[in-house]
Amino acid sequence: MYDLPTLENNVTTETLKFTARDVHVYYGESEAIKGVDVDILDNTVTAFIGPSGCGKSTFLRCLNRMNDTIPICRVTGDIRLDGQDIYDRSIDPVQLRAKVGMVFQKPNPFPKSIYDNVAYGPRIHGLANTRADLDVIVEKSLRRAALWNEVKDRLDTPGTGLSGGQQQRLCIARAVATQPEVLLMDEPCSALDPIATAQVEELIDELRQDYSVVIVTHSMQQAARVSQKTAFFHLGHLVEFGETSHIFTNPSDERTESYITGRIG
Amino acid sequence: MTTAAFACLMVISLIGYIWNRQAATAIRQDGARLHSLVGFHGAYSLLVVLVPALVLILLWLLLQGPLIDALLKSGIRTELDGLGSGEVQLVVAEIKSIARGVVFGTPEPWKMDAAQRLTDLQARSGQMLLVLVAALSLALVLFSRRKVTAEFRARHGVERIISGLMIGCSIVAIFVTLGIVASLMFETSKFFAKVSVIEFLFGTNWEPQIPLREDQVAAEGAFGWLPVMIGTLVITVIALVIAVPVGLMSAIYLNEFAPRRFRAVAKPLLEILAGVPTVVYGFFAILVVAPAIRTFGQSLGLDVSPNTALAAGGVMGIMLIPFISSFADDALSAVPQSLRDGALGLGATRAEMMTSVLFPAAIPGIVGGVLLAVSRAIGETMIVVMAAGLIAKMTLNPLDSVTTVTVQIVTLLIGDTSFDNPKTLAAFALGMMLFIVTLIINIFALRIVRKYREAYD
Amino acid sequence: MTDLSTHGTRSHLKRRNRHQMMVQGFGMAAIGFAALMLFILVSSLVSSGYKAFTQTHITVEVFVDPAEIKPERLPRGGFDDVLLASLKGYFPDVSGRADEKALEGIFSNGAQFTLRDRIVADPALIGQTISVTVPTSDPYDQLAKGLVKRDTPETQRRVSDREIDWFDTLDRAGAISQPVNWGLITNTDSRFPELAGLKGALVGSFWALLVCFVISFPLGIGAAIYLEEFAPRNKLSDLIEVNINNLAAVPSVVFGLLALAVFIGWFGLPRSAPLVGGMTLALMTLPTIIIATRAALKAVPPSIREAALGVGASKHQVVFGHVLPLAMPGILTGTIIGLAQALGETAPLLLIGMNAFITSAPDTPLDSATALPTQIFIWADSPERGFVSRTSAAILVLLTFLITMNAIAIYLRSKFERKW
Repeated sequence: MYDLPTLENNVTTETLKFTARDVHVYYGESEAIKGVDVDILDNTVTAFIGPSGCGKSTFLRCLNRMNDTIPICRVTGDIRLDGQDIYDRSIDPVQLRAKVGMVFQKPNPFPKSIYDNVAYGPRIHGLANTRADLDVIVEKSLRRAALWNEVKDRLDTPGTGLSGGQQQRLCIARAVATQPEVLLMDEPCSALDPIATAQVEELIDELRQDYSVVIVTHSMQQAARVSQKTAFFHLGHLVEFGETSHIFTNPSDERTESYITGRIG
Repeated sequence: MTTAAFACLMVISLIGYIWNRQAATAIRQDGARLHSLVGFHGAYSLLVVLVPALVLILLWLLLQGPLIDALLKSGIRTELDGLGSGEVQLVVAEIKSIARGVVFGTPEPWKMDAAQRLTDLQARSGQMLLVLVAALSLALVLFSRRKVTAEFRARHGVERIISGLMIGCSIVAIFVTLGIVASLMFETSKFFAKVSVIEFLFGTNWEPQIPLREDQVAAEGAFGWLPVMIGTLVITVIALVIAVPVGLMSAIYLNEFAPRRFRAVAKPLLEILAGVPTVVYGFFAILVVAPAIRTFGQSLGLDVSPNTALAAGGVMGIMLIPFISSFADDALSAVPQSLRDGALGLGATRAEMMTSVLFPAAIPGIVGGVLLAVSRAIGETMIVVMAAGLIAKMTLNPLDSVTTVTVQIVTLLIGDTSFDNPKTLAAFALGMMLFIVTLIINIFALRIVRKYREAYD
Repeated sequence: MTDLSTHGTRSHLKRRNRHQMMVQGFGMAAIGFAALMLFILVSSLVSSGYKAFTQTHITVEVFVDPAEIKPERLPRGGFDDVLLASLKGYFPDVSGRADEKALEGIFSNGAQFTLRDRIVADPALIGQTISVTVPTSDPYDQLAKGLVKRDTPETQRRVSDREIDWFDTLDRAGAISQPVNWGLITNTDSRFPELAGLKGALVGSFWALLVCFVISFPLGIGAAIYLEEFAPRNKLSDLIEVNINNLAAVPSVVFGLLALAVFIGWFGLPRSAPLVGGMTLALMTLPTIIIATRAALKAVPPSIREAALGVGASKHQVVFGHVLPLAMPGILTGTIIGLAQALGETAPLLLIGMNAFITSAPDTPLDSATALPTQIFIWADSPERGFVSRTSAAILVLLTFLITMNAIAIYLRSKFERKW
């Protein structure tokens, strides 16, 4: 299904970022992902939708090997970033995660200052040699996350003191500061109010210019608003994958249709 | 007699139970609808009888001893006139042993009389208890029997009594604290009537010997607690220097890096270390650690005393390792998963996540645990009683012998004690200081730990 | 194309890896240190204690001389002379009061009393020759176990060359044996290590724990149920809560002071009695039981409570009929762990005098007694060499009890643990 012809010029480039083939994920005995194939393009927002427990978050966490942190979790199959197998022995997951940033469901700023939160990634990866360099990165990232104007006067106050929407944008700034190539977002707006959600969505659209963005979302409206490509997951299977406009207007699988029209969910 | 009173109470309360049950059953058989099950009517009677009667017996048993003593002493007031309180105690003890039938030599006739009177008093007290218990429980049986009607809410009554009992159980904790404070204050105030507060708090000399006879002038006794406190500090610091790094490091490793199998072995191992009684650690200190330190020190040409602060503090440190490690492990585990994910998601290594995110986030919880460990080290008794010294010295040298507050409390109170010489009372004054210091640390530590838990819940 | 191995410079990467190794290394070193200490602790106790589980005995043929022991004078008589005479058979050339005294020193001081008790029980033995097996005295016991080295110079040895000769002669004659030392469990305390046993301490600890359980178990459960299920959120509940948490951290010696001042000083209860010891331990165990019970109650899911409330049960019926039985395994586990702590507690018992020298086991909780940990303390303080291994052995006995109790607790927890 990934080889459906591209219908609209909405998608700016055709560069492949991730290719996944026959991916299975097991939690102990139970199989959470049952053979998923997907291609993720650069400079595109790809949305994963589906009912709860369908495996969309699990699959997202495969893309930067966050599942490694769960002892009973096992991943098989082939996932490549720019043609390189990310589950290869020679790959350091730490380096991978620097390239594939992640934003989580609940805003999780570290209990440090706003500045230190954003500077955390550049510091551990040695991206800045001087304090001035770091200042530049922090400012750029906060601007990128559309947060700079709100926090520029209180960079040394704790990040946990911000509002929910601001916290999530801080987390996005923190992820951006590491200079990743892909941004994974796991339901980034589910803990936010509508206004904050609108701000974050706007931001996601802008981020598309520089990154490949993969977003897991519960809200179909959100998927329709921000994404160009949509993948529908159901019970561990990738049921349908294609242009967002196509999936929402003319789904080819009846399960997708039922979900979109609200009959399963 | 006490047994008889108990037996009498049991029988009467059982009768009350059956009586009420039958009465309730009879009402039901007459066709009326009972508010409560018959069992509750029975239980109501049982509780109404048992609770007050048991309280009566308990109070009686607690108070009869001091009361009979007072009566006995007032009976022989003329003979006791002019005797010190220590001698009075001896005389009373002698009369009691005569009353038990243990007679040494030929005691004076007035002692025999007193013994006879003591036996009478005890017998009369027992009889009075029996009569009182029987009367009270019978009255209560009648009272509860008259309550049995169809509408009577026996279940509510039973539940109210049980709630009352449970509140009573909870308040015991407050009474224990009050008891500690009252007993310490009482004895300490007697101590400060004999020794000035200033001397105690700021004196640098601790020699609590007292003259054995009135006319001995050899030693008045000096009660300045500073050297004792400094000794306690020295040992506490040594213990923490060992326990804090080792405990924290093992918690960090077990929490984040250890393979699951290793953790499954290492955690129980630490728990064993935590479950070893302190008297065992004390013996370990004198059997292994102290000789080892002495041999090692002498091989370096150092002057090492046989009861070094290092041996006692070191073994105490080993004892505290699991304590600190389990607190730190809990604190690290309480840091939400989202923070770990956040750091790992940015490409941090596990070690970086630990040192730069988890550990700083867990610091309040860890500090609380370390403070509790400090209060433990200050209050720890057996290790220092067995392995530290007895002589109070103003020294910070870990190879010298020092003494601690708890060592002094135990040595001053071991053996027969009477409550009126400054030596005994000094132990209570030290206990008071110990209680205050550890209480402040504990309240502080518990508050930090609770705040920390709330922050992440 | 991305190269996944070059985010950041190579030297920077090296530093990060070093940091990772360092943190892990320190952690492993810390655990290694703790494990090493535990190993040294246990191995030093076992290596010094296992020898106390056997006791050197000497078997001699004793002619119960009617000239020394007369039926009408029992239980008095020259039992020690009779014993000495039995040894003289092996060593006819020993003579003189001093030498005979030394020879007699092979027997434990209790030997004459063992013989006396046998003859008092059966006076018909007078005039016969009977075989008597009694413990040797401590120096010979040490010699037999190799704790007295034969190659140390005689002046620094507790057993002289002549005494070693005597011992070897007896050994060759087959009079020396080393059976299991049941006396360690069945004897009460003694000034002589070869006779000292733990019976008094075991019985004392039993009484104290019984009293502790009888007081702290109902009180603890009552308080915990009230605080967890019924207490309104008010100042009093908070006060009780804070109080219990603080009590759990009050130094044990302070509880000893409380017991000394209140139980003994004000209420006039007897010193050294397991009753007072048990009451003191109960106060210390109370917070442990309350905290464990509350945790167990909390673990029962609200659905159970709602189900029972939904069919019209009262709050009390829900708690006592459903929640409490379901929480019982957890409560018992906590109680056993609390009692195990109480069993090892020493300091408060010292203050109330349970470290007295008592040579009979207590029959009631009001008799004077020692407890296991205080007995260990007494023996650790005794100067006789033989008490070192006895102390280790007593510790091993105490640890066996503690491990058993904890094993029961772990078994209960795993057997009845439910996942809701």
